[in-house]
Amino acid sequence: MSAQAYSYLFVGLSFALYIGIAIWSRVGSTREFYVAGGGVHPVLNGMATAADWMSAASFLSVAGLIAFAGRDGSVYLIGWTGGFVLLALLLAPYLRKFGRFTVPEFVGDRYYSNTARVVAVICLLFISFTYIAGQMRGVGIVFSRFLEVDINTGVAVGMAIVFFYAVMGGMKGITYTQVAQYCVLVFAFLVPAIFLSIMWTGNPVPQLGFGGTLNDGSGLSVLQKLDQVTTELGFSAYTERKRSLIDSAAIVTALMIGTAGLPHVIVRFFTVPRVSDARRSAGWALAFICVVYTTIPAVAVFARLNLSESLDSTPYAEAPAWVKNWENTGLIAWQDKNEDGIIQYRAGAALSPDKPEFTEARGEHGQRLLSNEPAPGANEIYVDPDIMVMANPEIAGLPAWVIGLIAAGAVAAALSTAAGLLLVISSAISHDLLKRTLVPGIGDRGELLCARLAAVVAILIAGWFGINPPAFVAQTVAFAFGMAAASLFPAILLGIFSKRANQPGAIAGMLAGLSFTLGYIVYFNFIAPERNSAEYWLLGISPIGIGALGALLNIGVTLVVSRITAPPPAAVQDLIDDIRIPSGAGIAHHH
Amino acid sequence: MSTDPSNPGPDSVYHHDLAENLPRHSHHDAEVLAEQRARSYWRANLRVLAILLGVWVFVALGCGVLLGDWLDQFRLGGFPLGFWFTQQGAMLIFVALIAIYHRWMTHIERAHGVDDDPDDAKVTAESAR
Repeated sequence: MSAQAYSYLFVGLSFALYIGIAIWSRVGSTREFYVAGGGVHPVLNGMATAADWMSAASFLSVAGLIAFAGRDGSVYLIGWTGGFVLLALLLAPYLRKFGRFTVPEFVGDRYYSNTARVVAVICLLFISFTYIAGQMRGVGIVFSRFLEVDINTGVAVGMAIVFFYAVMGGMKGITYTQVAQYCVLVFAFLVPAIFLSIMWTGNPVPQLGFGGTLNDGSGLSVLQKLDQVTTELGFSAYTERKRSLIDSAAIVTALMIGTAGLPHVIVRFFTVPRVSDARRSAGWALAFICVVYTTIPAVAVFARLNLSESLDSTPYAEAPAWVKNWENTGLIAWQDKNEDGIIQYRAGAALSPDKPEFTEARGEHGQRLLSNEPAPGANEIYVDPDIMVMANPEIAGLPAWVIGLIAAGAVAAALSTAAGLLLVISSAISHDLLKRTLVPGIGDRGELLCARLAAVVAILIAGWFGINPPAFVAQTVAFAFGMAAASLFPAILLGIFSKRANQPGAIAGMLAGLSFTLGYIVYFNFIAPERNSAEYWLLGISPIGIGALGALLNIGVTLVVSRITAPPPAAVQDLIDDIRIPSGAGIAHHH
Repeated sequence: MSTDPSNPGPDSVYHHDLAENLPRHSHHDAEVLAEQRARSYWRANLRVLAILLGVWVFVALGCGVLLGDWLDQFRLGGFPLGFWFTQQGAMLIFVALIAIYHRWMTHIERAHGVDDDPDDAKVTAESAR
């Protein structure tokens, strides 16, 4: 059976499973639609949270990012996982005790203000839509690479599947499909990693393998070898830090706070039966995530070694088959600058502009010709970082079924995140905007219908973004995390831990944090991209790390404004006292 | 106990050390007790948070970023120690921190009588229906 046939088989089987779960878990009330009736077992919820949070990018791109950034890429590992500590210790138990349905609902009720509620809805929509565009695109890319269907068809199929289980099953359907999706994606990620680790070190545990000794008899450790290879090719050593300390610290902080402020992750802790289950569930979620996230740096190391060893100084005619396969998809390009027919892999860009633009013609060695100018420097090869996970099975010479697994795993990662985002978008609109603000008289059935309609509209918008991706998809990660860090997280945190934080304080804080962060990101990415370098940055902090300062600004403004205005009313003080005590949580209920 | 054991006043229902310094005010006893319990629970909670978040900052920003270069002089198997922290160790410690938090808080909640054991949850779930 060919790799493509296996891809069809595994993706098809996983889709059948998701649809089966959707039919089994149809819902009939808003409580089930928003929070799965509040009866999800904490371990299952942890698994669902892990799938919810690990996106197409986690599955496909992070290993590649780290393979090329080396030690500097670690900020993403620490930032994205460390946020769960904040979530478990500072937010999840209290929000579960609060016991309603959505994040804007907490902000609106705690700050006794529909303005605060609407500001929170706007933050939530912005964060969620920037995030979801990338997921739909991810589905489309997997379909086009592995199943060889048109990218737009891929997006449409992905939309149809998510539509089916998110609209029918709401949070209940999403939760149980996410559990299945976690199992698919973790299996798909670990199998090639284990093979790679055995191949290089003989150790079947990748987390230990990449700190082990090479099995080629040289006596070198894997990391020594990689440092040696990268420096020989003109890169800086793999294990060496290049990013400034302050920027590294700011990025880690912004990503941690941002992770804790992501609404589709927070809302998952509304679905467990008890307050203690919320923190237990957060622990399980992080443990399940770390199964993948501790494997990622190992995959990065092996992939980088494989790539450097098999590419450099190899005559193109003798290059392994995967080089040509991925060249055909446009993720690898070779420009024979010195016309010796041999691939030279060195530090620096190969092409100008960086991204390859292929012509239809083939060169004398059979390579695809490019219309790019050659960039200065000896490097002749362009490698897209995303290739690191997708091409791994081929690079390592693994059986065809492993390639099919990767396709199913990547689709699972993208769909689970997309569904979680769709749910928070639809509940923010039907519950916070309609029920709690504009049409308070709406009944449960009417609200459920609105939630489903909102999910349909959100899917269509997400699909549109997937087919017509904005040019700045790469920067949207900075947007989503920066905004979550600077807007929602401080408002929720102070809502729990400060009894003095009040309505004007919270609104002023959210707006200050948000506009500062957005302004900084927009300025350096769109208004003056030529100034986007350390010498112009505020305190040397890059746009992706600026959310850390935005969060501090939000907290400072909230506290100062709250201090000079009237304290919150007695009913709100009682609400705060109540959410601080775990006993008597009950099930998530209607207002 | 502040009351004289030989003459337990009819007003007093105090049977908890925390209530030692409270005024004897029979119809408010239960309420005052609950409030007192909530306050001491909250103080204990903040102490746990301060300790665990202190470790968290030390691991994430200390070992993960600021001390990384210094830690590299030590080795853990084939890993420079600072590198291991940033790519493995910090994540494992984060998981451990949440597990410790969960156990510690369960213990504190029981001690202060504010826990949410399954029987209570069932009762509240039914009464809410």
